[in-house]
Amino acid sequence: MRLERRAHVPLHLALTAPLAAVAVALCLAGGLIAAAGVNPLSAYVEMLTGALGSRRSVTEMLTRATPLILTGLAAAVAFRARLWNIGGEGQFFIGALVTAWIGHALAVPGPIGIPILMAAGMAAGALLLAVPAYFRLRFSVDEVVTTLLLNFIVILFVGMMVEGPLRDPMAFGWPSSVPVDGDFRLPDLVPRTRLHIGFLFALAAATIVWVILARTVFGAETRAAGLNAQAATFAGISLPRTLMGVALLSGALAGLAGAVEVLGVTAAVTTTMSPGFGYAGIVVAMLAALHPAGVVAAAIFVATVFVGADAMSRATGVPSFIADVIVAMCLLTMLVALMVTTYRVRR
Amino acid sequence: MTEALDLLLNTSLWAAVLRIATPLIFGVLGALLCERSGVLNLGIEGIMTMGAMTGWLTVYLGGDLWAGLLVAALSGSVMGLLHAMLTVPLGLSQHVSGLGITLFASALSYYLYRLIVVVGDLPPTIEPFAPLSIPILSQVPVLGPILFSQTLPTYLALLAVVVMAYTLARTPLGLAIRMTGENPHAVEAQGLNPIRIRIWSVVAGSALMAVGGTFLTTAAFNSFFPEMVQGRGWICIALVVFASWRPGKALLGALLFAFFDAYQLRLQTVVEDVPYQLFLMAPYVLSIGALILVARRARVPDALMVPYRRGER
Repeated sequence: MRLERRAHVPLHLALTAPLAAVAVALCLAGGLIAAAGVNPLSAYVEMLTGALGSRRSVTEMLTRATPLILTGLAAAVAFRARLWNIGGEGQFFIGALVTAWIGHALAVPGPIGIPILMAAGMAAGALLLAVPAYFRLRFSVDEVVTTLLLNFIVILFVGMMVEGPLRDPMAFGWPSSVPVDGDFRLPDLVPRTRLHIGFLFALAAATIVWVILARTVFGAETRAAGLNAQAATFAGISLPRTLMGVALLSGALAGLAGAVEVLGVTAAVTTTMSPGFGYAGIVVAMLAALHPAGVVAAAIFVATVFVGADAMSRATGVPSFIADVIVAMCLLTMLVALMVTTYRVRR
Repeated sequence: MTEALDLLLNTSLWAAVLRIATPLIFGVLGALLCERSGVLNLGIEGIMTMGAMTGWLTVYLGGDLWAGLLVAALSGSVMGLLHAMLTVPLGLSQHVSGLGITLFASALSYYLYRLIVVVGDLPPTIEPFAPLSIPILSQVPVLGPILFSQTLPTYLALLAVVVMAYTLARTPLGLAIRMTGENPHAVEAQGLNPIRIRIWSVVAGSALMAVGGTFLTTAAFNSFFPEMVQGRGWICIALVVFASWRPGKALLGALLFAFFDAYQLRLQTVVEDVPYQLFLMAPYVLSIGALILVARRARVPDALMVPYRRGER
């Protein structure tokens, strides 16, 4: 009896795997909820109604899903090429910082300014990942550690800027940057809610990434580099060029997440504006089996867990950290589920 | 400027170096053991958090300090076993599994902490390990306060370096572990089981990481709070590369790193007009710099991150 790689993963398996992974994770987390003295089933019902029960909660959940789609895409693009970009959090923050910075100084009409600001956020994120990618190619420094350490550096840098040059004198309490001009705020998608048109941008980004990965030469080179770097080189693909391209695309997506969050939700940058969007993006990408369409679904699921857990926590007293536990468990169970789909047992 | 140099002559700086280095020494030894057997353990950050929480909680609930250390080690090895099961027999991505363990172990620690401990305005505290004052030796000028007035776990860390260095270099067990990290097929040919060796190495390494974590809450400090590990785990992963996978050099790296950390903390008080964040960034920038310096020359274990499947080459 041995394991054999499937040449082709059947669609029904590819779709069942994440569902099974989520189901197992929810069962395991149910034990922890029960340990808090709360019936897991009623807790999950609370979560569902908390995230999807009303117009307000659905829009709130989609607002939360918007940056997750983008950071999820960032991780998916990178992981496909086996570029281990764990720096989504840092790229998110640098994108947010640069957007808030320029957004305060820029003096152009809104419709011109918004694309400029989003492009600036993307450029910042792309450059931030280009550095560790360069270190990997030039000095063979593993990018996992460098991207992780850069997260800490960038968040400290953001703290330095919002307490120094960018400090908003009108903000009392927590330090925050000066808000961007009102003209640059993204319009609401649903009136009188926080949901903004950034959600549509995220969907558009997912579509574009899908097309790039599935229909362009660069997409094919990315896949080849991820599946077998040696074979890709032998086939005439320049590995450094491909990896650098992937790094720029991945960093730009995470940077865009930061830009959209500033323009759509917070208006300013603070060190506490992300509840781990970058790290959660990795889980989103894995739950999606690194597929751009899956990323949208997985981001909505993860956002549901986070928004729902907050509501459930308020109602039942179960610590809201349960959301992080569920999401992390999903990552581990999905890893196993993916193996089941890519291999089969041959007697 | 002279003030900055004066700091170097202060014995409290050098005593702090050993204290700050202790969790790093445990962490880097743990990561080194895992990697020497061929498994990258990115679960370290979460495992250290778990150790910090469980060790502290044991003492908070009335346990002995040493019981806390033991519970921390056990909780770390459970997480290690999970990582080992996913990456060794199943051969799943060590990167993704490790990150998953980090996310899971940290989230679980915070969840259990919130569930069990009632947190008021300030996090509750325990009575941590007290610094020893070894008779006579601690009275020696300069060296006394630096070397002989530390807490017991610090000496345990130094002892662990010696034991690890000796075991890896001089014992059949160490040879088997190192060989598993270089060429698991050769280990199999010797009639040993590389899968079992990897699993136990990861379990033991993770226990060490967790002990490093618990030092933070039961010796360096006296309470637990979220995010307190502050990337120390990732720094340990960088230090393993910096040390070229050697325990002695790992100790040196941890001490060097701790020196810069202790120095920047004190420098903040003398140097004015420089944002404190720049000082806090220094350790992370330094780690990246160290990696760039050594990565090219480092002798990576050949089979690191290569899953072993019996009968497959």
